[in-house]
Amino acid sequence: MKPEAVETPNKDQAGDGFWKSNLRDYGLLGSLLVIIALFEYLTGGVLLAPANITNLILQNSYIVIMALGMLLIIVGGNIDLSVGSIVGFIGAIAATMMVDYKMPWVPVVGLSLVAGGLIGAAQGYFVAYAKIPSFIVTLGGMLVFRGLTGNILLGQFVGPFPKDFQSISSGFIPDVVSAPLLALFGDVIGANFRWTSMLIGLVGAALLVFTSARRWRHAKAHTMETEPLALFVGKNAVFAVLIVGFCYLLASYRGLPNVLIIMSALILLYMFVTQRMTIGRRIYALGGNRMAAQLSGIRTERLIFLTFVNMGALAGLAGLIVAARLNSATPSAGNSFELDVIAACFIGGASASGGVGKVMGVVIGAFVMGVMNNGMSILGIGIYWQYVVKGLVLLAAVYVDGYQKNIR
Amino acid sequence: MTAILEMRGISKSFPGVKALRNVNLKVEAGEIHAICGENGAGKSTLMKVLSGVHPHGSYEGDIFYDGEKRQFADISDSERLGIIIIHQELALVPLLSIAENIFLGHEPAVMGIIDWDEAFRRTRELLAKVGLNEQPTALITHLGVGKQQLVEIAKALAKKVRLLILDEPTASLNESDSEALLKLLKELRSQGIASILISHKLNELAEVADSITVMRDGSTVETIDARTEEVSEARIIKSMVGREMSERYPHREPRIGDRLFEIRDWRVEHPLHAGREVIKGVSLHVRQGEVVGIAGLMGAGRTELAMSVFGRAYGRNVTGQAFMQGREIDLGSIQKAVAGGIAYLTEDRKGLGLVLGEDIKSNITLANLAGVAWHGVIDDDRESEVAEQYRSKLNIRSSGILQKALNLSGGNQQKVVLSKWLFADPKVLILDEPTRGIDIGAKYEIYTIINDLAASGKGVIVISSEMPELLGICDRLYVMNEGRLVDEMPVREASQEKIMASIMRQHGTAP
Repeated sequence: MKPEAVETPNKDQAGDGFWKSNLRDYGLLGSLLVIIALFEYLTGGVLLAPANITNLILQNSYIVIMALGMLLIIVGGNIDLSVGSIVGFIGAIAATMMVDYKMPWVPVVGLSLVAGGLIGAAQGYFVAYAKIPSFIVTLGGMLVFRGLTGNILLGQFVGPFPKDFQSISSGFIPDVVSAPLLALFGDVIGANFRWTSMLIGLVGAALLVFTSARRWRHAKAHTMETEPLALFVGKNAVFAVLIVGFCYLLASYRGLPNVLIIMSALILLYMFVTQRMTIGRRIYALGGNRMAAQLSGIRTERLIFLTFVNMGALAGLAGLIVAARLNSATPSAGNSFELDVIAACFIGGASASGGVGKVMGVVIGAFVMGVMNNGMSILGIGIYWQYVVKGLVLLAAVYVDGYQKNIR
Repeated sequence: MTAILEMRGISKSFPGVKALRNVNLKVEAGEIHAICGENGAGKSTLMKVLSGVHPHGSYEGDIFYDGEKRQFADISDSERLGIIIIHQELALVPLLSIAENIFLGHEPAVMGIIDWDEAFRRTRELLAKVGLNEQPTALITHLGVGKQQLVEIAKALAKKVRLLILDEPTASLNESDSEALLKLLKELRSQGIASILISHKLNELAEVADSITVMRDGSTVETIDARTEEVSEARIIKSMVGREMSERYPHREPRIGDRLFEIRDWRVEHPLHAGREVIKGVSLHVRQGEVVGIAGLMGAGRTELAMSVFGRAYGRNVTGQAFMQGREIDLGSIQKAVAGGIAYLTEDRKGLGLVLGEDIKSNITLANLAGVAWHGVIDDDRESEVAEQYRSKLNIRSSGILQKALNLSGGNQQKVVLSKWLFADPKVLILDEPTRGIDIGAKYEIYTIINDLAASGKGVIVISSEMPELLGICDRLYVMNEGRLVDEMPVREASQEKIMASIMRQHGTAP
């Protein structure tokens, strides 16, 4: 017997082309664009008005931020139902510290994030080390922290907050370049145009095109699967135009919101963590096959624990953003946020059984939900009908996903 | 003789691949008909066509059963006619009992109320038939893979089977259980039940089969009538691969060095039942450049020993000393074991070895991500290089390093798991059933890798239920039985008879 005996390829491996493995991503992006176009039409152009875009970002930033943490939890094979309650709880303790104890806002932000992390650590301990299913642990956490929120606030609104704290959520980046530009070139577009925001958009688009071109060439050089050139160019052109157009619209209103900067930085960070860092890779392996990961020398318990700590801290951040936006802490803040966050993950392609899901998908998933929320509100569709529509969209997204897998 | 089954001109395509090309198969009533061929030759696909997994219309050609043309829409159609298939991958519910599994879907019941006495009685009969000594109430999850296989067979017998299809039934069984199973097939034959047996174990086929159909690359090569012709393994292999097989085990000049790894008085208790010793004071060693085999029956405790050594991945209250190059090392966790230079290749590569949904690249670097990363950031270039390197070195047949592990054949999956451990650069590798369920060509490649490892000064411990394999590749053998090492011998003095004798001798004296 000689080793060159040729094995016929397995049935599945033959047509494993680029399209098949990436169809989902494009489908998701396409759906978002279709939904945007639909509501833009239905609302008679209100949806993409600069003021409304700003609003859309403010309304969805905390969902996106929490979805980043939830993605890691779900990829690791768990779930966290408590995030909405943590949002309320952190808002309550931050408000108490600032309003009742007159603490300055900077240490309050730090303490709140630590508190969120500690809550995550407590829940993570029970999930990872005590091996209680995350559904049960976080269901408990959901009740406990909702209850504590009510107890701290005694049913009252606590506020208002210092201006600087509020600006985390409702502030815009300072416009430092418009004045000199205006002085140099005179009034080109309008005196109120925020050139700083526009420039950030242009630089961002250029960076995106530059880095993805480098990645594409790199992949090509390593004979890895790459998308066809036309598709690649088209996709990047669309993205670049979207970013520039988006920043143009925002620049013509009040500039880029602070919270957009926070959110974008976190999205980039989590993309990096999931794609390039060992800890990210290990979380995917853990969710894909826990035993295999364990037998490969990966500390699976510690990893699960860390995903919960991370989620807690992000929920804490979201709690601060929500409180800053409302300028008060309320007993019902964050109510049912967990549902939007989890729905964003599943619409975005995360698998309920773990091991699968991408940051970009989840961000798009969050915006699918956000645009629908916002668009339906503009149209004056009742809140109860909104629930119905959102529920059906979630189900449809996951159904189409499963259907795609089955026909392969 | 009349044919119970005739498949004529069967062709079946999957997107991009023609899996079956004009296959003909004729099974006589009451015969054992073996089908053999390398992995990917189309055996399993053919059986899926027969049992209705691939329904009528999705293939070309005709199926005649009992002289009539049949068009099965799904598996229940074929089961109704007594065609029962036992798949390679077991289909049991782990947290239900043996009896519940055997009668799942057709429980002996009146008005929906299960008659447990009847169920247990029939279960005992069936278990006796397949030679499995377990209580009907035992949970599947507490049984080893081998015993689970026997339950699967009992389950098939519970249905009114007329044509039994077994897809590699003995792949996970040890020699004595395999023998019992083959005897069972002969007994069924005498009751007029025909069976189709797919197996890589050619000695078994030569022993029990009345006819042997050989498949290669989706076509039937020939059908050998074993009743009129003396069939040797070499004869089958020649037909399977299309040429003569000169040697099954690659040659190696052992260059054995100093004692590398050693365990002394290793004791392990059952993970669920504290106080029940599973490993009862085992001491063994492996030297540099040495391939040591551990022979034994199923349930002898070989996997348990290996996994407990690998950072206590099995058992509780693990005691004993471990030495690497004369220095005592701590094997308290898997991380410590890996850091100490030990790798364990699991017998269950799909369940415990691979992340099936991930690609080849991520699977290879999983146990040593630090080796391709800088301060926790993975260097994509370096990772791809490493993966490519192992892909070509171990000849992993795939479309590229980005192919998912799920879509690889068994042999190539095993090479991915091996690559993972090679990249972790251990000093000692414990290989648990490294060639289970993979075809002859891939086996030869695995043996070659083992030889290369030994030649590079590593110590290799091989656990295998195939004694010829141990005799073919090892330098020295331990024989294990009931949690103890009962014998040790250099391979030149060893034989299958001698190994069995030491197991049996110990059986005789055991209390």
